[in-house]
Amino acid sequence: MSRNARINTLLLLLVAALAVIPLALGLGDHKEEPFAGADGEAETAITEIDPDYEPWFSPLYEPPSGEIESALFALQAALGAGVLAYYFGLRRGRRQGEARAREAAGAQDADAGVPTGADGGRD
Amino acid sequence: MHIAEGFLPPAHAVAWGVASAPFVVHGARSLVRDVREHPESTLLLGASGAFTFVLSALKLPSVTGSCSHPTGTGLGAILFRPPVMAVLGTITLLFQALLLAHGGLTTLGANVFSMAVVGPWAGYGVYRLLRRYGVPLMGAVFCGAFAADLSTYCVTSVQLALAFPDPGSGFLGALGKFGSIFAVTQIPLAVSEGLLTVLVMRLLVQSSRGELTRLGVLVTSVGGGKRAESAEAVAR
Repeated sequence: MSRNARINTLLLLLVAALAVIPLALGLGDHKEEPFAGADGEAETAITEIDPDYEPWFSPLYEPPSGEIESALFALQAALGAGVLAYYFGLRRGRRQGEARAREAAGAQDADAGVPTGADGGRD
Repeated sequence: MHIAEGFLPPAHAVAWGVASAPFVVHGARSLVRDVREHPESTLLLGASGAFTFVLSALKLPSVTGSCSHPTGTGLGAILFRPPVMAVLGTITLLFQALLLAHGGLTTLGANVFSMAVVGPWAGYGVYRLLRRYGVPLMGAVFCGAFAADLSTYCVTSVQLALAFPDPGSGFLGALGKFGSIFAVTQIPLAVSEGLLTVLVMRLLVQSSRGELTRLGVLVTSVGGGKRAESAEAVAR
């Protein structure tokens, strides 16, 4: 593995560790509902501060079940990951194509004994 | 950081909407201008929006025993400046408000203000400041993304404390309460967001050197130099 790939893997492992450590140490055990969403906890805090508060508007559409909700969250993540993967794949393909074109041009120029017009600046 | 639908009193909801609107309008203008002047950057813009999409769907456990999610706005703010992120962040929040019942239309203004306005500006500010003082690119990117993430949740805490001051201890008491729910939970997640943003920036330095140079993140493309640091901008 190259040094670059090692650093990137290390970054991913660190993120995974940050997510796993609270679970592994059972840091949610003191709660009635361990690892609930902070957004929901804020709603509870609001009703503690102001027990009379009634939300005056409700969502136009609400996923009918937790499964549908998680499906839509997965869809959101998949859309984002898909676009990111497309971007990096396209970039990599372009760089490889350009490198090959340069090699081919270099070989031709060498055959013909023509000095190469260097243009390495283009990405 | 999503304040749920209907959970801000009408006056607050309207006020935050009015505060956010100019940023989103200005952002939409600069986005259109950017795309018109540099059509080749559309793809990277899409990738920045996609990063926000992924990260804000990623609910992670935290040391406080609750879950929250990063925002992903730091990367786009560093690459394309904060106004553009006001638009991309709003699109993400709209998707979640309309399809996931996460956040809401009445609280959209407040949520846009925290995630799509203050977060990107705070992250960009920290990034620029550190770069000016010679901090290496990746260090500045980490701190910028960290600041964008954490400041978003601090703003949410302030917004809720303003709307719901504690009957006994007032605004500050409520701020402590909401801050302990949001801001403390967010610290390790902000570290994660910083690490992921550094990872994506490293991949971009490898794959999109020309684009990063045009955007001023890198200074010149020193022909395939091994060490990225040598090519970094000291000031943009």
